[in-house]
Amino acid sequence: MKNVLLICRKELRSYFASPIAYAVMAIFGLIFGWVFFNASRDFVRFTLLQSQEGGGGPVSVNDSIIRPLLGFAGTIGLFLIPMITMRVFAEEKRTGTIELLLTSPVKDAEIIIGKWLGALMLYGGVLLMSILNIALLFAWGKPDLKPVLVGYLGLLLQGGCLLAIGTLISTMTKNQIIAGIATFFICLLLWLLSWFTAFDNTLTSQVLGYLSIVTHFENFGKGVLSTKDVLFYLSLTFLSLFLTARSLESLRWRA
Amino acid sequence: MIKVEGLTKRYARTVAVDNISFEVAKGQIVGFLGPNGAGKTTTMRVLTCFLPPTAGAASVAGFDVLEHPIEVKRRIGYLPETPPLYPEMEVTEYLRFVGRLKGIPSADIGRRVDEVTGRCAIGDVRNKLISKLSKGYRQRVGLAQAIIHNPDVLILDEPTSGLDPKQIIEIRELLRSLAGEHTIILSTHILSEVEHTCDHVIIINQGKLVAIDTVANLTNRLRGAEAVQVEVEAADGHPDPTQVQQCLEQAPGVSRVILKDSKDGRLRFEVESLKGSRIRAELARAVVKAGWGLNELHAVGLSLEDIFLQLTAAEKGAAATKQGEKTQ
Repeated sequence: MKNVLLICRKELRSYFASPIAYAVMAIFGLIFGWVFFNASRDFVRFTLLQSQEGGGGPVSVNDSIIRPLLGFAGTIGLFLIPMITMRVFAEEKRTGTIELLLTSPVKDAEIIIGKWLGALMLYGGVLLMSILNIALLFAWGKPDLKPVLVGYLGLLLQGGCLLAIGTLISTMTKNQIIAGIATFFICLLLWLLSWFTAFDNTLTSQVLGYLSIVTHFENFGKGVLSTKDVLFYLSLTFLSLFLTARSLESLRWRA
Repeated sequence: MIKVEGLTKRYARTVAVDNISFEVAKGQIVGFLGPNGAGKTTTMRVLTCFLPPTAGAASVAGFDVLEHPIEVKRRIGYLPETPPLYPEMEVTEYLRFVGRLKGIPSADIGRRVDEVTGRCAIGDVRNKLISKLSKGYRQRVGLAQAIIHNPDVLILDEPTSGLDPKQIIEIRELLRSLAGEHTIILSTHILSEVEHTCDHVIIINQGKLVAIDTVANLTNRLRGAEAVQVEVEAADGHPDPTQVQQCLEQAPGVSRVILKDSKDGRLRFEVESLKGSRIRAELARAVVKAGWGLNELHAVGLSLEDIFLQLTAAEKGAAATKQGEKTQ
């Protein structure tokens, strides 16, 4: 555990020593802020219109702003995660520092979990930027807190899962760019799989749809904490980290 | 301290290390010598548990590298060929990180970092970013990283490569000062390095163990013999090299004759004697008797370099490479 935290701290230090952390946070902050602005403006217009014309029940801030926004935050995450994980192992392999890690008295699992945790904490930091915006809603409205918390938990689980996949891919190459692009396409694929469910309802499309990262987020967005979705994310994360360990081990046999 | 038995490491197509066995006692400095691609780095990587051996066994301080890798790693300080540095870290920060990684408790880390920065003379750059350091400083930070947890065994892969002569001397002195408390294996393809720093030498070539002995023994082994350089000129200006070579080989006490150079009808040979025989007079007699002119005849010492090449280069091409290295 001590070693995990040690490596995690080192990872965070490297993210913030390079422009990556700042770039990722800035991109996320800008895009999310802009979408947030548009969503709340539309919401305000709509409620004004409704109060003038009368009719219709009260509109929920949770349903019309927060839920789509959190889903959107996850989508931006798909694009940012490759930027976070691409260097994780690729850089160490390129500069040879992997030799330091692998000849130190720490277990492979500690290295992998430490690195993944560092990436997850950076991603958590990125998501924190959106809390600034959401907090505004709490300042001027009365949204429910619980669905927001469940939504953020979902975003973290989804992010942890994709970060684990990115970490796995990063062990496979020395080239950060290749690791980044491959991770991006896999993230994209896992996202697009959700579209298959829209076309038909055969068994294949159901299975593919189930594999999609995005469909499992829908419940979290609604504020529903379902075991099925939590388990999906956790098991995919575990599988990826397990494969990362195997990949790291194969590095020793091949190198 | 270190025990290697029948170690073999095979890659997909090549055999990098082929059935090597050796032992290193506590407190020795051992030079691991061989041309590039001989298998030095691979052997070191097996000892540091970075690579698993294909066959055979290796153990450090009684712990097998496959069975108890964590115990082995705890006792080893390793400096790979390129120092494993994080350019975005400051020197002290980096050493603290490595120290903690190697298992130094946080209470002792400050003291250890001060100690190694003093020992490796990097105190004046301790607050600099590693990316800003010169090659010599990087190498020394790499060395500091290897000794930070006071390991029993130090494994250094070409610790002086790319340094200027002054830095090389400094590193050598540092290594000398570390001997005794640490067992050191250092690899190199520079022979003078072994002559200066090591007690023992292990020579490998193409993955095979060629010689293992003390430096003194190895140089003495061929010291009884002498090497003589002979330049022969024919009266008609065109001596037949094979004829001259045969003639020289037939002189009593000669062990082998190598044609080194042939220019303007002059032939230059290097002749090695059998142990304990003096051949200069015999050679002069043989050349004169055959009617050739004897331009030059002088003894050349056998350096460790010659021994190394004799041991490693069996084939004909050896003479050529040797010539190349001498002119460099």
